[in-house]
Amino acid sequence: MKEHAQKSAEFIRDESRTDWHDEALWFVRSKRDRAAHSIAEWEQLRELASQVKDNVLAHLDQYLEQFEANAQRNGVHVHWAADAAEHNRIVHSILEKHNVQRLVKSKSMLTEECHLNEYLTERGVEVVDTDLGERIIQLKEEPPSHIVMPAIHLKKEEVGELFHQKLHTEKGASDPQYLTEAARQHLRQKFLAAGAAITGVNFAVAETGGVVVCTNEGNADMGVHLAPVQIHCMGIEKIIPRAEHLGIFTRLLARSATGQPITIYTSHYHRPKVNGEMHIVIVDNGRTTQLGRADFRNSLKCIRCGACMNTCPIYRRSGGHSYGYTIPGPIGSILTPGIDLKKYSGLPFASTLCGSCSDVCPVKINIHEQLYRWRQVIVREGHLPPAKRQGMKWAGKVLSNPGWYNSLGKLTRWALRQLPRPFLYNSFNEWGRDRELPQPPRQSFKEWYQNKKTEK
Amino acid sequence: MKVGLFIPCYIDQFYPQVGISTLELLEKLGCEVEYPTGQACCGQPMANTGCEEDAVAAYHHFVELFQTYEYIVAPSGSCVYHVRKHYDIIGQTEEVRKVRKNTLDLSEFLLDILKIKSLDSRFPHKVGLHQSCHGLRGLRLGTGSERVLESSSKLDTLLRMVDGLELVELTRADECCGFGGTFAINEPAISAKMGKDRIADHESKGVEVITAGDMSCLMHLEGILRRQNKGMKVKHIAEILNGTQL
Repeated sequence: MKEHAQKSAEFIRDESRTDWHDEALWFVRSKRDRAAHSIAEWEQLRELASQVKDNVLAHLDQYLEQFEANAQRNGVHVHWAADAAEHNRIVHSILEKHNVQRLVKSKSMLTEECHLNEYLTERGVEVVDTDLGERIIQLKEEPPSHIVMPAIHLKKEEVGELFHQKLHTEKGASDPQYLTEAARQHLRQKFLAAGAAITGVNFAVAETGGVVVCTNEGNADMGVHLAPVQIHCMGIEKIIPRAEHLGIFTRLLARSATGQPITIYTSHYHRPKVNGEMHIVIVDNGRTTQLGRADFRNSLKCIRCGACMNTCPIYRRSGGHSYGYTIPGPIGSILTPGIDLKKYSGLPFASTLCGSCSDVCPVKINIHEQLYRWRQVIVREGHLPPAKRQGMKWAGKVLSNPGWYNSLGKLTRWALRQLPRPFLYNSFNEWGRDRELPQPPRQSFKEWYQNKKTEK
Repeated sequence: MKVGLFIPCYIDQFYPQVGISTLELLEKLGCEVEYPTGQACCGQPMANTGCEEDAVAAYHHFVELFQTYEYIVAPSGSCVYHVRKHYDIIGQTEEVRKVRKNTLDLSEFLLDILKIKSLDSRFPHKVGLHQSCHGLRGLRLGTGSERVLESSSKLDTLLRMVDGLELVELTRADECCGFGGTFAINEPAISAKMGKDRIADHESKGVEVITAGDMSCLMHLEGILRRQNKGMKVKHIAEILNGTQL
């Protein structure tokens, strides 16, 4: 994986596009602010949501079993998958049993995480993503760049060109309404032909055994209602104890995600339809390992609203693809090290630790504190480049020893004053690429203070 | 009241006038201030890079140096936040707990301890306030724009005590400037871009001077301003409160 620093530098090279991307996401963040501020008890809601999730994570085993029992009582087939491979096998076996060749899927970050599309396509199943943004990037053969707005990195002109090639819309057409209508007509055929529908799950209610899916396009409903087989894929952390808790989360979710009071559709699936079959696949894929890490357990509270991405000044200026994982941005940077510490060791450093992510998070995940903690783990496990590691060892020695610190400070100031510019500003000086170094004073504060004391 | 003055390393070396202003201001307000000259660094650069263990010696040194003071005051939300928040990995002796509890940012000390209501200072300029993240979201020196709470800001309150100062409202009230310690050199492109964007916000509002409670943010912004030959200046809030002129 290319380091985030390198990918973000490439992204920024087109500065006006970076500004456009930044503004598009800042617009969503601002909309979120207005929506949040319309609710006086917003902070209490966040606290409540966080506490409900604390309770869920503390009793996850019991809630999962309760959920399974209630779902089975409703006539739902419940499957357990330890990892992505098992999840994909289970889904494929259900499709095989029903001889399904065409599948529609509404948005599910879990199936992205498990790379289900590739798995099924290789086995001859046509998988069609029905969320408009997801369909766009599927046609473009790209991963999502955002968990709520998967195609946010594309301009409408680019979507127009893509649709012209793939859906034969008029060349040069970029009117959103026209393009959306073309996608609707195209997807309508796919919905009608599908033998099965897959959805993600926003919330799974232990008390009822039902799952809840939030969409703006109604595509989850359309898929589930038309296809004889419905499959809902969920991570183990999607559980909430009771139906009465749903209101807390639905009020927070859409406001945090897009600034809407609620998603257009909040669909509740409890039992199979007449002559239909309903499956729920419950996936671990590393989540229990994360649950066992006291410092990082809270990351499992995430309700995938994407607010931390919209607010992150780095995400907005580097794009989702710069993170190299299905879930980008701040939340991705605390989830990925738990999946592959070495591979993603750069991500917890792709942050200024500004803390905006933690304050915007509707379930109060201490994201920036976890970024800080992951940095410590990454260094302890030996994944910081050796030169940086050595540099920090020296810094630690100098900066805790007043004698060395004073001398080195003086020497640095002298060098900054005396050395010709090319010695200071060159390819070794990352600071100096776009910035001037500070103008060093002759006297440090300490020297001034000591002089003043002796004068007295 | 005996106050230990804590001057962060980069202020000591590069911005002595910020230390001087802080000292003079505190003395003007009647405090007995001592600057322990054995100071070096609070350890934040190492710890934020993930090398906490290399910062432990600095932590112990800091505690030893400051343990006798009733209050430890610094013109830096970020370094104060580090002492308060991250000195939790060393043994929590009585001294460590005392130092962590009593280390305050200048704005907290002025408003919460000295409870000042006015200042004898004049700064007749259009000023943009940059809210440093560690001060704002770490020490909660104000209400971040993310939170749905009654809005307040210690730095804002203090600047409003300065005669003639016109505080402008920014389009993005509290977005990070992109400094981020070693982030500034690990991700130089995005760090600089964030800084440029902050400057553009201040510039569009006609700001003459950008101020902040943290000189590190201002060091980064000043570096960009000077590279771009812009006339806008940076001044630490301690300088403005102490009556320093442009």
